[in-house]
Amino acid sequence: MSHAYEVVIGLEVHAQLRTRTKMFCGCSTAFGAPPNTQTCPVCQGMPGTLPVLNRRAVEFGIKTALAINCTVSADNRFARKHYYYPDMPKNYQISQYEEPLAEHGYLDIEVGGVARRIGIQRLHLEEDVGKLIHEGNLETAPSSQVDFNRAGVPLMEIVSMPDMRTSDEAAAYLKSLRAIVVYLDVCDGNMEEGSLRCDANISLRRPGATELGTKVEIKNMNSFRNVQHALEYEIKRQARALDTGERIVQETRLWDPDKAHTVSMRSKEFAHDYRYFPEPDLPPLDVAPAWIEAVRATLPELPAARRQRFMTGYALSAYDSEVATQSKGLADYFEAAAKDSPNPKTVANWVLNELLRVVPPDDEKAIAACPIKPAGLAGLITLIEDGTISGRIAKEVFEKMFQTGEDARTIVSREGLTQVADAGELGAVVDTVLAGHAKVVEDYKAGKKAALGFLVGQVMKATAGKASPAVVNSLLLEKLPKL
Amino acid sequence: MLTRLTIHELGARFRSGEATPSQAAREYLDRIAALDPKVKAYLTLTAAAALTQAREADARFKSKAPLGPLDGVPLAVKDVLCTRGVRTTCGSKILEAFVPPYDATVVAKLRSAGCVILGKLNMDEFAMGSSTENSAYFTTRNPWDLSRVPGGSSGGSAAAVAADLAATTLGTDTGGSIRQPAAFCGNVGFKPTYGRVSRYGLIAFASSLDQVGPFTKDVADAALMLQTIAGHDPMDSTSATIPVPDYSAALRLGVKGLRVGIPAEYFIDGLDPEVETAVRAAIGTLKSLGAKTESVSLPHTEYGLAAYYVIAPAEASSNLARYDGVKYGLRVPGARDLIDMYSRTRGAGFGAEVKRRVMLGTYALSAGYHDAYYGKAQKVRTLVLRDFQRAFERVDVIVAPTTPGVAFKMGEREDPLQMYLNDVFTIPVNLAGLPGLSMPAGFTRTGLPIGLQIIGKAFDEATLLRTAQAYEAATAWRARKPELAA
Repeated sequence: MSHAYEVVIGLEVHAQLRTRTKMFCGCSTAFGAPPNTQTCPVCQGMPGTLPVLNRRAVEFGIKTALAINCTVSADNRFARKHYYYPDMPKNYQISQYEEPLAEHGYLDIEVGGVARRIGIQRLHLEEDVGKLIHEGNLETAPSSQVDFNRAGVPLMEIVSMPDMRTSDEAAAYLKSLRAIVVYLDVCDGNMEEGSLRCDANISLRRPGATELGTKVEIKNMNSFRNVQHALEYEIKRQARALDTGERIVQETRLWDPDKAHTVSMRSKEFAHDYRYFPEPDLPPLDVAPAWIEAVRATLPELPAARRQRFMTGYALSAYDSEVATQSKGLADYFEAAAKDSPNPKTVANWVLNELLRVVPPDDEKAIAACPIKPAGLAGLITLIEDGTISGRIAKEVFEKMFQTGEDARTIVSREGLTQVADAGELGAVVDTVLAGHAKVVEDYKAGKKAALGFLVGQVMKATAGKASPAVVNSLLLEKLPKL
Repeated sequence: MLTRLTIHELGARFRSGEATPSQAAREYLDRIAALDPKVKAYLTLTAAAALTQAREADARFKSKAPLGPLDGVPLAVKDVLCTRGVRTTCGSKILEAFVPPYDATVVAKLRSAGCVILGKLNMDEFAMGSSTENSAYFTTRNPWDLSRVPGGSSGGSAAAVAADLAATTLGTDTGGSIRQPAAFCGNVGFKPTYGRVSRYGLIAFASSLDQVGPFTKDVADAALMLQTIAGHDPMDSTSATIPVPDYSAALRLGVKGLRVGIPAEYFIDGLDPEVETAVRAAIGTLKSLGAKTESVSLPHTEYGLAAYYVIAPAEASSNLARYDGVKYGLRVPGARDLIDMYSRTRGAGFGAEVKRRVMLGTYALSAGYHDAYYGKAQKVRTLVLRDFQRAFERVDVIVAPTTPGVAFKMGEREDPLQMYLNDVFTIPVNLAGLPGLSMPAGFTRTGLPIGLQIIGKAFDEATLLRTAQAYEAATAWRARKPELAA
């Protein structure tokens, strides 16, 4: 079915910028305040009020533009984009149209070991709109209320070229872009709260065709998984339509994650005429080369470079490096924990296996708030490496550290978890175990080598996990042949 | 009678103790009570607040600590400027009950200068018009002939100063809305350079053209008012950071050696012969004072009006989109759905001229027409600006008639195009963003004022004021007052 067509995908990503104040006024951008408490005459669009540009938002835009290899324009203009909707105080949005902040960039991604370069058409700045709160659902609500707290929060829109060919590539592009904005600390990347939103344009065509097929825009995909599922659904829907000779209608479709399908929202025949014109209340924004260079100097190491460095500097595998760098918080955590470690690979294993069981890899806030700090994890690993505790006990200690926030040494000494490596002390336990499992001993002697593991386990159990597995092993190997 | 005095005369009496701000405020309020029913300049009176402000000013003078030359001066502002806690209608039904929680920057500046605010003045709805006949409330009358219009859109502001119903007023000028009514009412009306005065709190009609300015009884007062309201405002990104000079000091410099340009394109068919005679006489006066006159050419003048009637409505269609019944102002109840609420509210809230311009502007910005109308108009605007720039390479100021004719009768101009032609000499100045002032240059045989327009270089209001001052000092037009009996 779908291999009969080439899939063409472009993404439009909206990222809320983490400035302290709004794009054009001094109101706070903090999320979750009671409705309409973070508003003023300017962001409510009251008569006579005027916008004043937040230069920090521009700086964040420049920073991102440089990270995705765009050319930043010296002459910038804001424009008004018009349409009527109650969540928009002025019934126009201050955005950028003909003269965006930056253009002509790219982002390199890798899917299934194949590298792809995705073009970026433009990056521009605009203001967010408010939020409607309906009494019941939209169709039947007797009334709706508007919360303007979000109105005027700075947004950055990044439009890709139609360069993606699979839903996997689209997901990889989005993940990579998300990692970059989070690394740059310009956006918190939270898709559920809507700090990062993604719309897709998708069309199908016969392989080798030079013209693009009719595109459909898909909205309301608020997670990586939704993006992938929505695109896969849409690829199938369009392919089926084309197979049966149906015409694809240029339209906007909404992804419904519960029903796992897209539904038509509005067709382009009824599309808005946005009547853009240059915003007369803001003078043209002059982005001097010196400003761009000053911002460039503040660019941190980006995910791709860091991935490479993790492979060469810490000898991590390509896969581990990829996972460890998918968020800045996680990568910073790993590096802080591995800083003084003779064996970074072990630290990576703990971070990627144990830490990621308790915190999501891309949740910067949860990683920062994790009760086990990098130094704490490093301390725990030291206890394993110097033989104080066994790896098994270490996992228990890790759990306790996560629950209480105490350091490993405190827990180990309070609970008497120090590893027993004394051959005399352990020899007695080994003897008891051997005596109690004659059948297993026989199996072992008959050549069933796996029986050894069972016996080790019994000794560990008898010592509440405190026995040194290495010492137990050698004691068993020493005693078994003598039986 | 304190109401006949200029700001500087009034200030002198306050300082000497011959009069107090309270006396002045009371005299003005009494006069308003007696005469405004005829003139109809005021939309809202704030008498109680004014008397409180006046008493505060009294105390400052008593303790010999006045705030400056405007302290205690009773004035009023066009209802397009937001006043904290005082309803601001913009001459429209859609804002009939709108009470801003903030002051326009110019209003705040006047308050800190100690001014006493008497009230809010009538205007054409959303400043769209040349007669105040487009006010949703009533038409203001011309104090020189109550059957005639005061001009517009700042008709209330002009009439109030002419009838001595305020010592000075603020108006706004997008295409001539200060200068044309000043010409019709025989006072000084001054539109500063675009960017000289903050627009924050000025309810936008056409943002790239709107500018606030004063109406005054003489030129020296215009200098005092500009001194107070000019300057950069962090709340208005289009306000200039260029330093504000001492305008009153500039008044004393005279016009000897000043180069005065006379644009041929402003002396055309359709110019009232009495206006032409008066303006030519004024040019003669300037010459006799030592100015050097020379002809200049502003060849794109005739296209200005057309470009303006694309650009201004385009911006207006955008600026007025916010009046939708959702947040403030009028909401007509009983709507079936959202679109119906918008339609009913805007249908009932806006008058015919506003609707006409919103439609014009929406059309001019629409896909497929954008380049032919809005795009082309912007190019014309650039050409108009270049005309002036070229002329100002050779001259210091340009002198011309303010309007082709004098105040017309109410109801006389029903064709909107006829009405638009009123602004043919003032509009190019807005398109170029330049300062322009209108002042009395005589009267017709029937006793109606004639306006002389002086146009200056960008941000060179000082030279413009100096020219106006020299002309005013050499003539006696200012002494004539309309006869108004209670």
